[in-house]
Amino acid sequence: MKYVDEFRNPRLVRAIACRLENAALNPVAIMEVCGTHTMSIFRHGLRELIPRQISLVSGPGCPVCVTPAGLIDACAEIAAVPGVIIASFGDMIRVPGAGTSLENARAAGADVRMVLSAVSALDIARQNPDRQVVFISVGFETTTPGTAAAVMQAHAENISNFSIVPCNRTMPAPLRLLMEEPGSAIQGLLCPGHVSVITGSSAFEFLPSEYGIACAIAGFEPADIMQGILSIVEQVENGNPHVENCYGRAVNPGGNPRARALAEEVFRPCDAWWRGLGLIKESGLALRRRYRSFDALQRFGIEPAPGNEPPGCLCGKILRGAATPVECPLFEKKCVPSSPVGPCMVSAEGTCAAWYRYGIGHNRIHQTDD
Amino acid sequence: MCLAIPVKVIETRGGTDALLDPPVAIVDAEGIRQEVRLDLVDRMPEPGDWLIVHAGFAINCLDPEEARKNLELMNEMAGQVGKAADIS
Repeated sequence: MKYVDEFRNPRLVRAIACRLENAALNPVAIMEVCGTHTMSIFRHGLRELIPRQISLVSGPGCPVCVTPAGLIDACAEIAAVPGVIIASFGDMIRVPGAGTSLENARAAGADVRMVLSAVSALDIARQNPDRQVVFISVGFETTTPGTAAAVMQAHAENISNFSIVPCNRTMPAPLRLLMEEPGSAIQGLLCPGHVSVITGSSAFEFLPSEYGIACAIAGFEPADIMQGILSIVEQVENGNPHVENCYGRAVNPGGNPRARALAEEVFRPCDAWWRGLGLIKESGLALRRRYRSFDALQRFGIEPAPGNEPPGCLCGKILRGAATPVECPLFEKKCVPSSPVGPCMVSAEGTCAAWYRYGIGHNRIHQTDD
Repeated sequence: MCLAIPVKVIETRGGTDALLDPPVAIVDAEGIRQEVRLDLVDRMPEPGDWLIVHAGFAINCLDPEEARKNLELMNEMAGQVGKAADIS
């Protein structure tokens, strides 16, 4: 397939790996922020190709995983209101909150439907004018503009039976928090490719300038990821941290201003809770006054409680890159994809799900379905 | 929710009104036809163009010239200087 196969060419990937082997003279700790990167690294077996002195840790880049448990309980509470239809991205349905999940609500009779886009949720609202349709709006910079477009459309068409639970988060603030964590060993950051399509490379400039972190924006194919890692290692070795755009075919330096303008029209920054990271200033998004009537939490009068992590669950530390899944006492025992305890085991982009699926922890040979 | 592969435009429709008739593209995503919204891209793509899609919306048109440069740079980095893999 065009624009995919070329970047999966095994000869090219091996050649970059070889160059990486020569470049990596000292240990380097790199965080890959995006859940899609995490999955791609495992799926293509890149850990085998990466020299041992390079350690890769996963960051808080799965929007489903960072949604606080209390907010998930609030969504389940709305789902239980008679007549409500919940429209949600698939992963979000199975994520456990503190007390329940949307899946449990569905088992108890709630109408919970999976959608791939906010626009599909709006379609459901049009088709069911006598029902309240609530879209669970998770996502980072990449997802928010589309949700904003759907809200603007609902506003223009006066669709009064549509609302959203705003769980959207923005990316740079938690990265700052991670870099300021005492004892943080992270030297390089594989920046999220599709967040960067929207924000542009400038959103990450503070990392090299304020924290000396080497950054590379990378695509999702094996050659893209290997090139990004090579760039980071060379930056660290040369003592020249900066933001290198290795994904020029998709990422413009200035990002996508049109998408950002849509998001800004509908949402304003607000302080927000992150699972595993706590309260982060201006890292969430609330609906602006003009669109506030589309806030499902207000419409249904529900205040999310601060939810606690399930006992023993290490998702919080895993999301900070401070622990790996095998350090969690529940991993592969009580917590498996068919019956997950924490969010990182649920989402296809979750770190624990990736480790489980590809059997990294215990070197299991694991059949995959793709 | 993240579709990390680019999709090819077959045709475009709509766009007479930004909110009431938003522009859409019919795309081929690994053999499956899908409709994606074009609200977020800065130009109406042509049939045959490639899009990066996320949660039902195209977030950018893929730049073939940059893709060629990407690949050339990789080949160069990999020490395989010479003819870059054919991408055009």
